[in-house]
Amino acid sequence: MSRRQKVALAVLMLPALAVVVAFYAVPAVMTAAMSFTDMDFRLRWNFVGFATFLRMAEDFLLPGILQNTIVYTFATLALFNVGLAVLLALATTFVPDRIGRVFQALWLLPRFTPPIVYGIIWMWILDPTGAGLLNSLVVAAGGRPVNWITDYPMAVIVLTNGIIGASFGMVIFYSAIKSIPRDYSWAALADGATWLQQVRYVTLPLIRWPLLFVTAYQTLSLLTSYEYILIITGGGPYFASTVWSLYAYNLAFGGYFANYEFGYGAALSIVLVVLGTVASIVYWRVFRFRDMMAEPKIEVM
Amino acid sequence: MPELAQNRPAAGLRADPRVLARERRRERALAFGVYAFLIIVSLPLVAGYGWLVLNSFSTELVHGVWPEGFTLRHWRFLWEPPSDYYPDLWRTTWNTLWLAIGMTVTMVAVATPTAYALSRMKFRGRSLFLALTLILHAFPGITLLIATYYVLRTLGLLNSIPGVFLVKAALMLPLGVWVMKGFYDAISWDVEMSALVDGASRIQTWYKVMLPQVMPGVASISIFSFIYGWSEYIYVITFIQDKNAWTLSSYINSIVGDYRFLDYGLLSATALFYIAPVLLFFFFTQKYLMRVTIGGTKGGS
Repeated sequence: MSRRQKVALAVLMLPALAVVVAFYAVPAVMTAAMSFTDMDFRLRWNFVGFATFLRMAEDFLLPGILQNTIVYTFATLALFNVGLAVLLALATTFVPDRIGRVFQALWLLPRFTPPIVYGIIWMWILDPTGAGLLNSLVVAAGGRPVNWITDYPMAVIVLTNGIIGASFGMVIFYSAIKSIPRDYSWAALADGATWLQQVRYVTLPLIRWPLLFVTAYQTLSLLTSYEYILIITGGGPYFASTVWSLYAYNLAFGGYFANYEFGYGAALSIVLVVLGTVASIVYWRVFRFRDMMAEPKIEVM
Repeated sequence: MPELAQNRPAAGLRADPRVLARERRRERALAFGVYAFLIIVSLPLVAGYGWLVLNSFSTELVHGVWPEGFTLRHWRFLWEPPSDYYPDLWRTTWNTLWLAIGMTVTMVAVATPTAYALSRMKFRGRSLFLALTLILHAFPGITLLIATYYVLRTLGLLNSIPGVFLVKAALMLPLGVWVMKGFYDAISWDVEMSALVDGASRIQTWYKVMLPQVMPGVASISIFSFIYGWSEYIYVITFIQDKNAWTLSSYINSIVGDYRFLDYGLLSATALFYIAPVLLFFFFTQKYLMRVTIGGTKGGS
């Protein structure tokens, strides 16, 4: 590589490197370092060895939070991010393209809606008085208003996150189904297969890679997503809908009783960071990402 | 797949009218089932977004659903703040716009040249950098929030819009780089070669020859970044306390805190005000958005 070439490369690459290092790599390393301190709002680096991790073992809230995290992640994944996503993809490929696209747009909309606005919509739907959508239906049916968020906090966070999560799988499965050659379904039809049999024996086996990819990818996303929980239930009542990542956030920045427990919060985060890194590397191997990085075919000057 | 039914090769083989009639009935039942499913699962979405519009313009919603009487009362916040506590709405809106624009410019300025180098130049560390961006893309940056807070504080970027958009751009950069790389990869080498043979430098070639050809890619990541910057919640809430630097997310978050069960009119009007630009973008540029959603997850192919 010539000198001129090197300069060109530096000019092209440096901005990206600077941004990624400053706001991605450094925070990642720093999270690891912080997890061995008892840092608080004074931001002092007071190293305390494994104290934060020992505290985790003694934290009486953690077993419940861990359980919430597992239920939240896998229920949302099974019911919505994969389950509903497959159904939506099948349905939108079944109907004419034009109609399919309208429904897809509708399902993608929450993904682009400002989170606080999405939260407000759900606050209204789930309002504990007769003013909300669900309760106005309950009242019309002769029942008494239900306090959905207090009575069913886990169901609420699964539902509200799932409605957003379903579109990711939907889009991927949709294009996977669309790319299945027509001959396959014709062959199945000629053999007298019903639509359901086609789905079961032709479509689903042919989209197993996208299925696996979405499952793996979304597990990680769900494990670390807490924005909508924070807005809609705030993790409550008490800790009933607090998941691991939200707990770490609340320890550091939570509400009016902020305790700025940066050290302990970072230690909780680092568990997710390690999980995330391992998962990413596994995806890397399993999904053969390397194929996507082929060297440029020719290189000049 | 109505089209498919007409082309069915087996139809001629089984001409028994009773069998055909039965199949037609079954097909109709299936189509009915699919439409019913799509409409029923999508109802909460339609109801939710519809409510935002109806509620913000009506004096009262009977049973929380049926609008009665047109009013602009809920839109008073446009000229007078809900209370003395709130900063000027237009200043807040300007901050939100500044965040969206800053984010867009950063993404385009950083991702476009880097993706070119990654697509077209051979250098040591290329694979490593690509691998890193891919792993980072799967890795949820939100787990690094505590350390990011520390970094921003150290750099003096807390309570500032640029602090938020730099962090947010860094987190979205891997996606942007992969999408742009996909666009560069699709351009034939011949064009670039002829420019280089004519004596243009690598940078000139990128700027004058390649850049005009990847404009659809630039449009895609611009729109994507703009919407995400405009809508950002968690980083704004965490990193910006100063009311002068509030965005609409902070503003509405505060309204939710103060008026949640009291004034749904105000809630829905402010929410609609916030989401309106997103809706415009969403409906007019969906083609570009889809490209990033799909392209991003497939690694830009």
